Amino acid sequence: MSDHTAPRSLFAPADILSRAEAQDLAGRALKLSPAEETRVTINSTARADTRFAVNQVTTSGENRDVTVTITAFVGNRAASAVTNRLDDASLAAAAKQAHEIAKLVPPNPERMPELGASDYQYPPMRSRVIALPSPTERALAAKKVTERARAAGLVATGFIECRAGASALANSKGLFAYDSSSVVTMTATVRTTDGTGSGWACSDGDVFADIDAERVGATAAEKALASRNPVAVEPGRYVTILEPTAVGNLVQQIAGAMQARAADEGRSFFSKPGGGNKIGMKVVDERVTLVSDPADSASTGGGYDQDGAPIEKVVWIENGVVKTLNYDRFWAQKQGVKPTRSGSGGGFGGGFGGGNRTLRMLGGTTSVPDMIKSTERGLLVTRFWYIRPVDQRTILYTGLTRDGTFLIENGKVTRSVKNFRFNESPIFFLNNLEALGPALRVNASEALGAGGATYMPPIKVREFTMSSLSEAV
Amino acid sequence: MTHSRRDFLKTSAAAAATTAIGARILAAGDALGAPLPTPGDPAVKALMQVALDVAKASGASYADVRVSARRQQNVNTRDRIVQGASDTDTFGLGVRTLVDGAWGFAATNDLTKDAIAQVTRSAIDQAKANRASQLKPVRLAPTPANQVGEWKTPIQTDPWSVSIPEKVALLLDANAAAAKVRGVRNVTSSMFFLKEEKTLMTSDGSYIVQTVYRTQPSMSITAVSDDRTDFQTRQSNDVAPMGRGYEHVLEANLGENAARWAADAVAKLSAKPVEPGRYDLLLHPSNLWLTIHETIAHPTELDRALGYEANYAGTSFVAPPEKVLGQLKYGSDVMNIVGDREQDGSLGRVMWDDEAVRPVTFDIIKDGVFVDYQTTREQASMLDWYYKKIGKPVRSYGCSYAQSWSDVQFQRMPNVSLKPGKQDTTWDDMIAGMDKGVAIVGDGSFSIDQQRYNGQFAGQVFYEVKGGKIVGMLKDVAYQFQTPVFWKAMDRIGGPRSYHLGGAFGDAKGQPGQANSVSHGCVPAHFTQVNIINTGRKA
Repeated sequence: MSDHTAPRSLFAPADILSRAEAQDLAGRALKLSPAEETRVTINSTARADTRFAVNQVTTSGENRDVTVTITAFVGNRAASAVTNRLDDASLAAAAKQAHEIAKLVPPNPERMPELGASDYQYPPMRSRVIALPSPTERALAAKKVTERARAAGLVATGFIECRAGASALANSKGLFAYDSSSVVTMTATVRTTDGTGSGWACSDGDVFADIDAERVGATAAEKALASRNPVAVEPGRYVTILEPTAVGNLVQQIAGAMQARAADEGRSFFSKPGGGNKIGMKVVDERVTLVSDPADSASTGGGYDQDGAPIEKVVWIENGVVKTLNYDRFWAQKQGVKPTRSGSGGGFGGGFGGGNRTLRMLGGTTSVPDMIKSTERGLLVTRFWYIRPVDQRTILYTGLTRDGTFLIENGKVTRSVKNFRFNESPIFFLNNLEALGPALRVNASEALGAGGATYMPPIKVREFTMSSLSEAV
Repeated sequence: MTHSRRDFLKTSAAAAATTAIGARILAAGDALGAPLPTPGDPAVKALMQVALDVAKASGASYADVRVSARRQQNVNTRDRIVQGASDTDTFGLGVRTLVDGAWGFAATNDLTKDAIAQVTRSAIDQAKANRASQLKPVRLAPTPANQVGEWKTPIQTDPWSVSIPEKVALLLDANAAAAKVRGVRNVTSSMFFLKEEKTLMTSDGSYIVQTVYRTQPSMSITAVSDDRTDFQTRQSNDVAPMGRGYEHVLEANLGENAARWAADAVAKLSAKPVEPGRYDLLLHPSNLWLTIHETIAHPTELDRALGYEANYAGTSFVAPPEKVLGQLKYGSDVMNIVGDREQDGSLGRVMWDDEAVRPVTFDIIKDGVFVDYQTTREQASMLDWYYKKIGKPVRSYGCSYAQSWSDVQFQRMPNVSLKPGKQDTTWDDMIAGMDKGVAIVGDGSFSIDQQRYNGQFAGQVFYEVKGGKIVGMLKDVAYQFQTPVFWKAMDRIGGPRSYHLGGAFGDAKGQPGQANSVSHGCVPAHFTQVNIINTGRKA
């Protein structure tokens, strides 16, 4: 943050453990551990957030914490203890606790040996700004949205979340990995006072300066006004244009389903009937490529994975064909393949609800206005909500449209329509692909917390299944 | 018995002495190394007073400070393997300040005098920054000051007094019982325990120490068809998480139930896909609790109704208050819904909430008519006009809750439950009384819109009922409805003997999202002509 005149937040970078501090802490924990082999993972976090509702700031919070997880290994037995007290006596108590439990659990024949020291492509303490905005800076950003809404006779509600963190992993074999990063997000829902219109927008980035509060306020207000007085149109299968957030809401479910073991054991969409998995099989339109790429953002979940191995770019689906599935080290060894190093599960960030949100779907060149122009009759969807799995066999999800759903007729957006419940699989609609636009960074998590980096294109698809209507606005 | 299982027993026996020590260590781990500060400790009390003093000196009209020590234990297994065993002990302090009607909150894991003074100033700075946009200052409904007391979840057995080998053996035995059933390919089981000791001190003189226990045993069993074209899972969610001790694990009887759940998973493979259409529907309490959670408990949260949660959790169809309180016909006459924080074994049970209010049991829906919202102190004052009209005191119902010391407290649902009917009807009686329909046990996929109109719920096991008898199993079933229509279609409910507490740890609301733990009591309920869809599609 370049604004030095604003009061500094209490939880500025000084509260995030530096590499040296993390190394010291990890070293102490390792030394204090009575186990024959030990792993230490450290999570140092600081969060600053501000909520606003009904055109005013309602609550805000700032907090910080450091947790240390000590995993003790006794042969193939393992157990962990977590503490957030960092003095030697507390670390020793946690290390002893982990060791005592480890001695009592049965051996795990699937345990893989700890990794040794490694080189990390993403250098420690990357050279980026890690600072959290002051309460005043956050309140001013919120005001940009609320004042615009108030002036237009609308009601704004929203959230700004800024998180900075450092994570480290060390073990008694000499491995030490460290990374630090920050993530920020701002979302707003603007509603009309008669309750018939609602619009939403987000701005997601790595540092507070990435947040464009003006755009969030303007887009959400514009959608609120445009979505007033929706009419009911029949549920059914529609040509549907999904904005990038809506695409992210469903496409990221594919990445979550790509577990190699479940596929190999017949418990997944990616299981091949008769045995084996779908690697090498075309499952979606050839224009679909899904990638996790640590180079995409500084706010990916650490430069290393849950075992401390450097993370790598992983191509999950390329030109519609399954390129790989997620192999943990045990399953990779058993199947004679390389373990997947996408970083899911490691590092700081995940956000409420967890999971790896760093995912990119490669885009195309068709703009949303062009998609609309080429549509005789269809729907335009801003985002989805309450998305829950219905059938893992087909990655079928249900949920509802929300905050801006429109009817397209003869190449134009003609009216706002009532929201729909869908029952649909991203696998199905990515087989019905008509067009893709350029990928954008979006917040496609349902809880709208900060974490990860999701890049998604807007897309136009055929036969998206809208199964019933909802009166909800 | 399998090889690894024998190995394990041998190990446990050989380590009998260790086991005893282990159990003692696990029970009294605090005494091992650094003295774990306990809430209620005079030293901690003095530190909390620092926060209140700084807050007062900085112009706060009200402040509260919470210290909590959270201890969790997880034991996770898959098939014959222990995948994880972990103990988590975290400790910290959060302070909330009200300055000129605006809130600020800050929290730290650093419990030194200086850090606490600094964190309090941070809360004050935020309150001051936030009041700049204040349109309507916060007003707190009255609550008695100077409340001093202690309370603890009544439990029989502290989960930390039971050894890890005993817990592991119970889970692996259950896995083995499930794995014996032909067709079962994957079994996971786990135990989760929480003990949270929290102390609350308020600027109006209250000082409260409470210890809350929560326990959840669970299993998930997946069967795969021989040709690998289908797989089906049965989760053990008819055993709910509860505010109880280790006795809940023992009573859940995973070992005996595992074979039944496994048989369900296998039977689902060959169950008949449901024909979509309208059916009479009988919901077991293990299914209905979640529908109550989503369609009654959430929409009757006052902050949602007033628009405060519009950006994430959503608003509510039960709004605006002046048009629905005492007027909205929510459901049929047999529908009586109450909010409480006192049911034995429930997850919502406490003696005081997170702003020192003693909760009371209150009516939310009476004879099918909506009569009140869930409230905190800040919210109760927003309904003063209504309470005046009906001659009730303006008071919070005690619904303030924060998931941890590092999160700010706000309105969270208490236990919200459907009262039993007057006649002592059971599940079996209700099946016998059904001519043709579908009966559902256990909760499954669930989704509802942001105003709580359109819901779609599945389950674990679906039965076809004909002529008063279960005639077979169905699959790919979900029921879809508009909330008020659904509750008006409830024509018969079970009696007191069939009452069951369902519940969840993961009730999500707020930004940043916080997880609330809540129970919902209910009885079996029969609904006429509900829309059932078939969710099966071909890949």
